Amino acid sequence: MLKISGLKAWYGSINALKGIDLEVKKGEIVTLIGANGAGKSTTLKCISGLLKQVEGEIIFEDKNILGVPAHKIVEQGICQVPEGRRIFGNLTVRENLLMGAYTVKDRKIIDEKMERVFSIFPRLKERINQLGGTLSGGEQQMLAIGRALMSEPKLLLLDEPSLGLAPFLVVEIFKIIQEINKQGTTILLVEQNAHMALQIAHRGYVLETGRIVLSGTSQELYANEEVKKAYLGA
Amino acid sequence: MEQVVQQIVNGLALGFIYALIALGYSLVYGIIRLINFAHGDIIMVGAYVALFSYLILGVGFVPALLIAMVTCSLLGVTIERVAYKPLREAPRIAALITAIGVSFLLEYGFQLFFGPQQRAFPEFFKTHHYKLGILSVTNEQILILSIAVVLMLLLNFIVMKTKTGMAMRAVSFDKDAARLMGINVDNTISATFALGTALAAAAGMLLGLYYQQIDPLMGFTPGLKAFISAVIGGIGSIPGAMIGGLVLGITEVLVVSLGYSTLKDGVAFLLLILVLLIRPRGIFGEKVVEKV
Repeated sequence: MLKISGLKAWYGSINALKGIDLEVKKGEIVTLIGANGAGKSTTLKCISGLLKQVEGEIIFEDKNILGVPAHKIVEQGICQVPEGRRIFGNLTVRENLLMGAYTVKDRKIIDEKMERVFSIFPRLKERINQLGGTLSGGEQQMLAIGRALMSEPKLLLLDEPSLGLAPFLVVEIFKIIQEINKQGTTILLVEQNAHMALQIAHRGYVLETGRIVLSGTSQELYANEEVKKAYLGA
Repeated sequence: MEQVVQQIVNGLALGFIYALIALGYSLVYGIIRLINFAHGDIIMVGAYVALFSYLILGVGFVPALLIAMVTCSLLGVTIERVAYKPLREAPRIAALITAIGVSFLLEYGFQLFFGPQQRAFPEFFKTHHYKLGILSVTNEQILILSIAVVLMLLLNFIVMKTKTGMAMRAVSFDKDAARLMGINVDNTISATFALGTALAAAAGMLLGLYYQQIDPLMGFTPGLKAFISAVIGGIGSIPGAMIGGLVLGITEVLVVSLGYSTLKDGVAFLLLILVLLIRPRGIFGEKVVEKV
């Protein structure tokens, strides 16, 4: 479904990605793990079109989407839940979800999708007219994921969904991510919490300073001595 | 007491005009954090367009108003694309200086092409005085009030209820997050400029009615006053711009009626200084709620 080859990216003169190759197949959960500054978020930003200084190839469903502006990526069927949630704090929960469906024209479809989001996150329905900024951290993460689901993406990019959440909430969010995947959405998950990520992912890649140093199934990575030492704290 | 109430009524008309202009400042500031100092001069352009549509096309009040609003929207969008967009990633001061440059370009461009002299603004209506109990109001005042109120309600509807308005609010909060939702940020910013400048054009025409004359520098002072109004109300806030405009308009008319007409501009700035000292974020200034 998604095939990245030779992806390089720069922030000014800083070379953040030094040539990345990775693949996500339909129906999978693939995780990118690595330390701060390894290039995980940068990889997602390249896919979603937020970065301009990029080189290489990102093939999504037989089309090279590298260089397509961010606001056109959603129409291709990719949606990113950004790091730090980035919900619209000045908009109500309902309006946030409507913005997620910005590219959808048909009101009926929008209503259906909103119902689906509420069935996954009933809490959001209770808060429907509340401003996004007044939600708790966990609720904001739910809203961020729900908002992304409104465009019904084929590929969902998740950037650090566990960031800043209490452990029991992390478990809940990851269960939901797994559930969304079972309902047919392919997921590329960036996480620092390698432990959680490898539990729900089918495959994973380990990034270090802009390069992929290791890849394999979650079981393989979980059993790998280096991964254990560096990311699982064992 | 009668005198005071009467002055407040007189001040309302001016206040609503300031409020219309202030809304444009706040809209633009809200979305790209730019104090668009050329905004005041759009008022002037709006008044000239209305004047010329009257003189050349012989149209009445409402068509002249609409022509002025549409023309200024296009002008506003063009200014944004040509002058401000290339500077969006630059430090804010660069865009601010550019805005002042655009302001001079409009002021002295109009002086060059249309002459620096004042021109009489057409009397679209014969002035009537109505007695409402102890108060006296003119049909012009009623017209100014009703147009301003209708435009504000319309703006409020667009911003709060339509998809474009929602996108404007989303973009003003977080541009990258808006992009990730598929929102075309550039077009949304253009729409914001179009709305703000259309309001300024309407304000220009109403100012023409109010003062009965226009000139290429007429937008400067009301532009600053509206900026003060926006700051008083809390810049970026729509209700704030409305209230700020009214506060300033009424204060100004009261100062004049007390016999200190030479001080009215000074009082406006005094108000600005006081607000900045006591409550820098203004009456309705946003208190940003952030969760980390």
